[in-house]
Amino acid sequence: MTALARYRIILPVVSLAVLLAATFYMQPRAMSYFGLNLLFNLAVPIALATIAQMMVIMVNDIDLSLGTFVSLVACITATFLHDTPLLGAAMLLALILSYAALGALIHTLELPAIVVTLGMSFVWGGLALFILPSPGGTSPVWLRTLMTVKPPFVPMAVVASVIIAAVTHLLVIRSGIGTVLRGVGGNARSVARAGWPLVRLKALAYGLCGLFGVLAGMALVGLTTSADANIALRYTLLSIAGVILGGGEFIGGKVSPTGAVIGALTLTLAASFLSFMRLSPDWQIGAQGAILILVLTARLIFSRKGSVA
Amino acid sequence: MTLLAKPWIWSWLAAAIAFGLTLALTSGRGAGELAYAALSFGAFAAIVGMGQMLVITLGPGNVDLSIPATMTLTATLALKVMSSDPGTALLGLAVALAVGLGAGMANFALIFLLRLPPIIATLAASLVYQSLAIWSNRGLRIKPPEGLADFSTGRFLALPNVAWVALALAVVVWVVLERTVWGRWLLAAGQNMRAARLAGVPVEMVRAATYLAVSVFAGLAGYLLASFSGGAALNMGAEYLLMSIAVVVIGGTSIAGGASNVPGIWGAALFMFLVVSMLNSYGAGAGVRSVLTGTIIIAIVIAASTRRVRA
Repeated sequence: MTALARYRIILPVVSLAVLLAATFYMQPRAMSYFGLNLLFNLAVPIALATIAQMMVIMVNDIDLSLGTFVSLVACITATFLHDTPLLGAAMLLALILSYAALGALIHTLELPAIVVTLGMSFVWGGLALFILPSPGGTSPVWLRTLMTVKPPFVPMAVVASVIIAAVTHLLVIRSGIGTVLRGVGGNARSVARAGWPLVRLKALAYGLCGLFGVLAGMALVGLTTSADANIALRYTLLSIAGVILGGGEFIGGKVSPTGAVIGALTLTLAASFLSFMRLSPDWQIGAQGAILILVLTARLIFSRKGSVA
Repeated sequence: MTLLAKPWIWSWLAAAIAFGLTLALTSGRGAGELAYAALSFGAFAAIVGMGQMLVITLGPGNVDLSIPATMTLTATLALKVMSSDPGTALLGLAVALAVGLGAGMANFALIFLLRLPPIIATLAASLVYQSLAIWSNRGLRIKPPEGLADFSTGRFLALPNVAWVALALAVVVWVVLERTVWGRWLLAAGQNMRAARLAGVPVEMVRAATYLAVSVFAGLAGYLLASFSGGAALNMGAEYLLMSIAVVVIGGTSIAGGASNVPGIWGAALFMFLVVSMLNSYGAGAGVRSVLTGTIIIAIVIAASTRRVRA
């Protein structure tokens, strides 16, 4: 078991390292402050979205509305948060609370999360269209400054990824409440028997998903400086892929925040990698799929060896 | 068992209400046209919905996320092979079904050989299919052969041809599910895979056949949709991912697996079209329309679940 637990994080690290080494080999100039920043810039919102998805997968559910939710947040950030900061902040807070309410609703009525979030994806998408019918808006200045800050030695994208991974690792793996939340995914009944209110725990997990979804949308606007209602639709599938790539599993509360961040970085890098190989950009999406399959194949081989040992 | 207890009645009721509310606005004019349009567009949702229904019936965790990409890929390749030449419709159909079959095999190979969860396997595969479609299409829009375009937009006995295709498929799926041993195996596997395996059901065979079937259905839907709309587009399948799952759930199929419902799929497919046209005719913008559609889906799921608890 210890071997398996160790492999769980080793594999995502190795796959990212291999991909990074291959990229540097193809394009040595990428091995610089500026190059790294370019490679990983867009990874920050994806990493945050992946963490959000992980919160829901941690309690054995899945969120099919995350992409539209992040788009909605991006639309609010580029309009209300820029024009009337107080109102914008209140709206974002309301979104987080509605996510928590959604979690409570799904638990209380025993609804299938996949369907409810599917329905919510229409709701979020509709609201986003309502707020921003055509692409536009402006990023709040402080957000733009934050996302383009140039820390010494290491680019912002890398620093941000490390911070995200560290904070969520503390929250999910080291803290007491994080352990209980993972317990909900592992064995909800035993957590309930131990006296924990399951409704509140589910609401908390979904609320955390909403929180990180909001952060993802804000980070995205900080980078792109404007928004549109379809800006982050790909994030639903990318975030699920990132969680699994990072060693998480759909059931059993087995998740790894560090792995999820690394998974998101790997997926982002996979898209850029092909342009360095001078392959046609047609294959960029396919490359993400192929790398997903490759890493999961490797995981199968490793976990077999691990269970033998 | 009374009529009200049938799980499919709700989607038909909802469709009828949406139909009635739309016509209330025009005081009854255009009923025929509306029904015709609903049957045409509903047919595509019904075809992919039936495929998704078979997969979801397999039990928790089984869902095919590659339907949109498979639709796009089959349509692109089929239209490329036909290259607008007359008399190639059947060849194109064969190509579409073969590509669908290939996609299904690839999906199941990932699920079975790599033991990936179906969600992640079909997701990863769909990224590859999408790239294949982009690569082979090159942004060109090839028109379907004239005969095929006429067929897919034409009518027979007052009903759209595509609706006849989807209806025939629905009858086949219903017969297979309700009257053949394979259908019983599928339901048994969906209710309890372990018990089914111990009872001697060839569970892996059933799963393989199901994942092949959903991709072939998606291939058929892609072929018809591309012929219907005058060519394949790279985003043509996009709305059918959520659509396929939504019609399954609204149609009364259990999301937990083991209970499928063919008539409900058709009711839900009509409903999904009618609710949009209802909101349209009441002057709702795209945003409001989408919010209300989502709210209605969730409301139906909640209604269905409270019914289950009381029963």
